[in-house]
Amino acid sequence: MDTILSQYKTTAISDVAVWFKAGAVNDFFENGGGCIKYKGKQIAVFNFSRTKQWFACQNVCPHKMEMVLSRGMLGDDKGTPKVACPLHKKTFSLETGENLNGDLDAIATYPVKIEEENVYIGFSE
Amino acid sequence: MKTIIVVGNGMVGYKFCEKFVAQSNNEEFKIIVFGEEPRPAYDRVHLSEFFENQDAKALEMAPAEWYKENGIDLVIDERVSDIQRETKTIITAKNRVLNYDYLVLATGSSAFVPPIKGVEKKGVFVYRTIEDLEGMLAYAAKLKEANPKARAAVLGGGLLGLEAGKAVMDMGLEPHIVEFAPKLMPRQLDARSSKVLQLKLESIGLNIHLSKATNQILGEDSITGMEFGEDDVLDVEMLVVSAGIRPRDELGKTSGLEMGVRGGIIVNNKMQTSDENIFAIGEVALYNQMIYGLVAPGYDMAGVAVNQILGNSEELMPADIDMSTKLKLIGVDVASFGEPFMPASKGHSVIFENKTQHLYKRINVSLDGKSLLGGILVGDASDYNMLHQVYLNGMAIPEDAAQLILPATEGGAFGSALDLPDEAQICSCENVSKGQICGAIKDGSCEDLAGVISSTKASTSCGGCKPMVTDLVNETLKSLGKTVKNVICEHFEYSRQELFGIIKAKKLTSYNEVLDTCGTGHGCETCKPLVSSIFASLYNVTPNKEDVTQDTNDKFLANIQRNGTYSVVPRIAGGEITPEGLIVLGQIGSKYNLYTKITGGARIDFFGAQLNDLPAIWKELIDAGFESGHAYGKSLRTVKSCVGSTWCRYGLDESVSFAIELENRYKGLRSPHKIKGGVSGCIRECAEARGKDFGVIAVEGGWNLYVGGNGGATPRHAQLLAEQIDNETVIKYLDRYLMYYIQTAAPLMRTAAWLDKLEGGIEQLKKIVIDDSLNIVSDLEHEMQFLVDAYECEWKQAVESEEIKKRFSHFVNSDDRDDNLVFVPLRDQKMPEHWKN
Ligand code: SRM
Ligand SMILES: Cc1cc2nc3c(=O)[nH]c(=O)nc-3n(C[C@H](O)[C@H](O)[C@H](O)COP(=O)(O)OP(=O)(O)OC[C@H]3O[C@@H](n4cnc5c(N)ncnc54)[C@H](O)[C@@H]3O)c2cc1C
Ligand code: SF4
Ligand code: FES
Repeated sequence: MDTILSQYKTTAISDVAVWFKAGAVNDFFENGGGCIKYKGKQIAVFNFSRTKQWFACQNVCPHKMEMVLSRGMLGDDKGTPKVACPLHKKTFSLETGENLNGDLDAIATYPVKIEEENVYIGFSE
Repeated sequence: MKTIIVVGNGMVGYKFCEKFVAQSNNEEFKIIVFGEEPRPAYDRVHLSEFFENQDAKALEMAPAEWYKENGIDLVIDERVSDIQRETKTIITAKNRVLNYDYLVLATGSSAFVPPIKGVEKKGVFVYRTIEDLEGMLAYAAKLKEANPKARAAVLGGGLLGLEAGKAVMDMGLEPHIVEFAPKLMPRQLDARSSKVLQLKLESIGLNIHLSKATNQILGEDSITGMEFGEDDVLDVEMLVVSAGIRPRDELGKTSGLEMGVRGGIIVNNKMQTSDENIFAIGEVALYNQMIYGLVAPGYDMAGVAVNQILGNSEELMPADIDMSTKLKLIGVDVASFGEPFMPASKGHSVIFENKTQHLYKRINVSLDGKSLLGGILVGDASDYNMLHQVYLNGMAIPEDAAQLILPATEGGAFGSALDLPDEAQICSCENVSKGQICGAIKDGSCEDLAGVISSTKASTSCGGCKPMVTDLVNETLKSLGKTVKNVICEHFEYSRQELFGIIKAKKLTSYNEVLDTCGTGHGCETCKPLVSSIFASLYNVTPNKEDVTQDTNDKFLANIQRNGTYSVVPRIAGGEITPEGLIVLGQIGSKYNLYTKITGGARIDFFGAQLNDLPAIWKELIDAGFESGHAYGKSLRTVKSCVGSTWCRYGLDESVSFAIELENRYKGLRSPHKIKGGVSGCIRECAEARGKDFGVIAVEGGWNLYVGGNGGATPRHAQLLAEQIDNETVIKYLDRYLMYYIQTAAPLMRTAAWLDKLEGGIEQLKKIVIDDSLNIVSDLEHEMQFLVDAYECEWKQAVESEEIKKRFSHFVNSDDRDDNLVFVPLRDQKMPEHWKN
């Protein structure tokens, strides 16, 4: 279990070694999420078109360790963009990964950039 | 090191040990316990359970090892026969002599056997120990061998006698209860409630004989009958005497302790006898001139004695002892609390009696009408806990006290949740009290429901207490002068009903439009599904139109399961399915390797479908003529049916046909919470229609229509809306009722809770739905007809659209499946691996 979590580390833009092309912009539903696979990892990618922002985080929810966050609902908590896990509605900040309605560990987040209608996720390895 | 000797290892003697062990400063003491019975203390209160399994171990308070582990010397099967106070020693029947510093007498009591001629005959038993029960079982077995219709009597119609009566009945003997007084349970019941209880007991097969004084027990060697008067004889082959208890106070007598006139060792409020080093607790102790024949006071006495001996606190036995009791006779509710009988000079009684239903409720109210003094419940004691709490805590009662017991106001009469005492446990999963919930608001650490939930953890487990937590938070905020606006969330300053009105009036059709018109921010998991549900109820659009604002189950048109897989539930209207249909379902379940079960809603559920497979599975189902069962939506689920007049010899109408018609009419209908229906062919009610949001029952001359019932966390029976109406009228009233509910209920509020909150309740609903008091029924009917006509199967839409199907792939950049999933075998099928945290 810990081995799953240990694969996911929050990555700052400055640590990015690889910009991985996750797909085209319109592969991702507006105001929705999708999951991509990179080196055996599952990463949730969110197209928060209402705020014109993109986010990426681990797909596994630290509550029960299921690969489901990409199927969660987007929203904001007093301005902080967040995702609600579809299983028990634990919510996580998409900016910091922090669990907003409980005391679960923060989830790992990754930088996203859009170039020429393509979506890239930044990884350190 | 000081020695405490405990005489008697019964329930109270054991409790003394348990409470002693729990104290921190007990090292300087050594406990030695003597018990006369051949086994360690057991739960005498649940003695009757011994008949079910004859498992004495299951009744043990604690195993013998427990005493050892806690440094207690337990000596069983050895009676203490004498006390020598001058030398502080005891002597046992096996001639052991031991010194004590403190002596605790917990010798309990024995069954009282009145001196009736012949009472020593074989076949006469008392009901107190496991050995008594073993003797009864063996004797009854012999009797039944010789005569399968053997009869047994119980002497005494009190609490225990009735329990014994049920026990002999369960042993297969014809049971008779013989009581000297003119009523049953003379200490707890008044004459009227006794009468009601008698009817109820007779209806389950107990024979009751009141006002009978037994002159002698007949028979040579063994009992053959009881004689009451010259010509008044009852033939019985076994007798259980349950005529009261006598304290086992022999040791007190022989050692010269102060005794009560009618027995019992006198104690003060420290549980000390007339010798300050000797304590008496439990059923042997005479406190306040009383022997308390219940465990709860005995346990309190044990606690007081422990603290007195250890010198821990000045805790004393209270002067008033609560004698409220609830009879645990399986299948018959009887309870009494406080002062069950009360002289008219002290207060007034409110009495509700319904002999046809074997119901009797009486409450005694103080003269000023403000407090509850006691009461009696027969037939339905479900309100006992709440009434008992109200009585114990001296809580305020409604101006019209009758509301506390009238069936129509079930649950609604207890006033504000704030009246509960602070200790009342609100969330039983997380053990959160009312005080903690209100305290979190009062001390300023939380300002709203969400805050209280995350800081106290209340309602985070099963969620069953959430409505009560919400009420407490709102009431507390109100009491602090803060306004509680019933708003949806931080994004909308409106209630659901208000937002419904706005969306309808402005004809808004997308979530972003709504948010931009009357909300702020970017939405959340509360308001998005709510707005989607309003759209569905107004326009009957399916979740496919705007999937990202749907709750997860609606988004994927399937219920998510614990490992992130989904379930598949095709509609099986009314529960009717052809053998061919069943074969197709079987083939699909087998092809996709799905765990399959029949649901509580009388249809078939497949579990463990992976996201990627959902469209393919549904394509096959739809090709075979099935459609979505909406098991995932806040929408109509099932209309359960019984087989009805087509086959059933009692059926008065075609319940299956009508159930199918209703289910097909309302399928796909989105609502604030799920809706379930039921149609039964007669009042035997095999479809459990009264447990549904709407229920229809065939009666002579038409259907009776019931509304506002459910099972679930707070079960409610539906209430009668209209009687003897025809099919068209049922549909007309249902259209109006459901549509009115959909438009006015709060989010996630089932019809029962909604009807509870509707001012005027069912009478008001009748006026609106039947008499059209608001002048809206034709609108309601039109709106419903529009929804019915607009119905489309959302799974059909999905499997026919390449765009929608994209939603169901696990990865955006790969056709791989989720490799994180692990299934394990379960009987002949499979299940997800258990969660590890
Ligand atoms: C499958 C089933 C249990 C079973 O194996 O039999 C079931 C399973 C679930 N029930 Fe249920 N309920 C099922 C019959 C019932 C019944 C019995 C009935 O319908 O006669 C009840 C009590 C009757 C009632 O609703 O009045 C019932 C009362 C609930 C409740 C409590 C509702 C309440 O008002 O307190 C919930 C929670 C909720 O809806 O908020 C719930 C919620 C759920 C959920 C949806 C929980 C969830 O979100 O995952 C379960 C997932 C179902 C799935 O994936 O398909 N289920 N559930 C039954 C499906 C029936 C069907 O054919 O559609
Ligand atoms: C069938 C039945 C149902 C009941 N139902 C309820 C109920 O629903 N609610 C309720 O509150 N109460 C109920 N009671 C009453 C409850 O069981 C008693 O109040 C409780 O057991 C009293 O505990 P005690 O320790 O004082 O006495 P006991 O449990 O009788 O224990 C006393 C023990 O001391 C032993 N003893 C006596 N003298 C000596 C001696 N000289 N030396 C060594 N050992 C000795 C006895 O053998 C016995 O084991 C019920 C009782 C019965 C029989
Ligand atoms: S199926 Fe219903 S009762 Fe059973 S665990 Fe799930 S929600 Fe609870
Ligand atoms: S698994 Fe995500 S909230 Fe429980």
